[in-house]
Amino acid sequence: MAGMSIEELENMARDCRAEICKITHRAQAGHPGGSLSEIDILCALYGTRLRVRPEEPKWSDRDRFILSKGHASPGMYALLAKRGFISHDDLESYRVLGGICQGHVDMKWCPGVDFSAGLLGMGLSYGLGCAFAAKLDGSVRNAYVMLGDGELQEGSIWEAAMAAAHHEVGNLKVFVDRNRIQNDDFCEVQMRMFDIPAKWAAFGWAVKVIDGHNMTEIVDAIQWMDSITDKPAVVVANTVKGKGISFMENNPAFHGAAPNDEQLAQALSELGVSA
Amino acid sequence: MAATRDGYGDGLLALSDNPKVVVLEADLGKSTKSLHFRKANPDRTISCGIGEQNMLLVGAGLASSGYIPFASTFAIFTERAFEQMRNGVARPNLAVHLCGSHGGTHTGTDGSSAQSIEDLAIFRTLPNVVVMHPCDDISTKVLTCQLPELGKPSYMRTARNKTPVLYDGREDEIQIGKGIQLTKGNDVAIVACGVLVHEALEAAKILSVDGINASVVDMHTIKPLDTDLIDRLADTCGAMVSAEDHSIIGGLGGALAEHLISSKLIPLERIGVPDRFGESGEAEQMLEMMGLKSHHIAAAAKAAIARKA
Repeated sequence: MAGMSIEELENMARDCRAEICKITHRAQAGHPGGSLSEIDILCALYGTRLRVRPEEPKWSDRDRFILSKGHASPGMYALLAKRGFISHDDLESYRVLGGICQGHVDMKWCPGVDFSAGLLGMGLSYGLGCAFAAKLDGSVRNAYVMLGDGELQEGSIWEAAMAAAHHEVGNLKVFVDRNRIQNDDFCEVQMRMFDIPAKWAAFGWAVKVIDGHNMTEIVDAIQWMDSITDKPAVVVANTVKGKGISFMENNPAFHGAAPNDEQLAQALSELGVSA
Repeated sequence: MAATRDGYGDGLLALSDNPKVVVLEADLGKSTKSLHFRKANPDRTISCGIGEQNMLLVGAGLASSGYIPFASTFAIFTERAFEQMRNGVARPNLAVHLCGSHGGTHTGTDGSSAQSIEDLAIFRTLPNVVVMHPCDDISTKVLTCQLPELGKPSYMRTARNKTPVLYDGREDEIQIGKGIQLTKGNDVAIVACGVLVHEALEAAKILSVDGINASVVDMHTIKPLDTDLIDRLADTCGAMVSAEDHSIIGGLGGALAEHLISSKLIPLERIGVPDRFGESGEAEQMLEMMGLKSHHIAAAAKAAIARKA
């Protein structure tokens, strides 16, 4: 699957969007908005770059992918099913007692999940630890971390950002899903973060800003990350929360709310996917 | 006399030969004594700056990648990273070994801000986490050296100030999860950890003058609790005292009470820091002020004996 074309990636992202809507509809819970904003990046990363083995999810020399915004798990599960880490049937276990698709991604439950996340502000430090381990091993593997933008309000993010730059951890690669909405409201209402790229640059990171829904830009940004080896790199991806579903787009109500029957039907119709 | 934090530093240094051992520091290596490992193994020592939350999770990432990270700071600052320990270390059961030095009121003149009296309680609530508070430098070193084989996370509290050396030449007696019976007596059992093990031994001498024979136990591992030993002591002595330089709530005394209430209904008196904060004072002054000295323990032992049915 590595080396997928832009068209193939876009098709995979569309299918994952449909799955995100189905998963959350079935559970009548979960976080569709942030799953829809992150999914293009996840597809591009797994489709073109990530060194992983679905048939051997614990392969010790795999690249790591840490979904620090672990509540946006429907996107992760949809991708893992597409990628063959889990079965399509496994998706029905989302938020169900005993199911491998726990509410928030959990490494103890789900193959292909590298960190038990869902507690904001933790994934970057964990990824930094994974990156240190790769360096100690003399391995070429990278640690990729997906952060939410609201998550940047957690102070521990900046502890990790400072440490990664200090130690020149060039195998740590970060995406910020800049969808501008957090749990209660727009980020600009809850806690303004001003110039996010400038903040990362000031902490000593290589920074690139992209359209997080333009697959060509995303793939280019992933390649750009590979060119940065002497310092950590961050891609701030401008995204739309709920991207692809008209009534979810830019709507804080769909941070943590599932579509009802009618909304699911409309969503699938808009995506051009059959129920 | 030696400090348990020195035992920790000696233990880490002794682990230098294990290529998987990595040490994480939060600017306090000179104090926690991880500096010895750092000097010998700079490539396997990571400065996390003054950032304990990040340090714990860097450890988690290393542990998940096959390394054995030892992270240390002051006990009081480990508490800042409690949620990281809970969610990033204990929940996925990653073998990160956290050491909090300068625990308890015995820490002294820095005052209440630096005197962690709740660390044992909070870490004891976490599934998968082993909690230890050794009493001398030898046992601290031995326990530290056993941690790479543990395969699960741990929290160890060490102390700032020097205490008597008990286990020189007795290293073989020390094992994670097994209390050590230091004296044998059938009238009362005094179960202590850390600095107060030495006060407990003094208390046993005080009691012996009155013809009371006490069993003194060094319960260096608070979780998992050595319940077999506790039950044997309960049967033998019929009365028990816990002793710790830690809040009376939730520490060793709490652990004993939780076990005994459903096992052996014997009188238990708890010696610990009352439900209050400390203040600046010398170590011995703090123990006296908080009611943690040998004469307090001896009085508690008599009270427990008096409650026997």
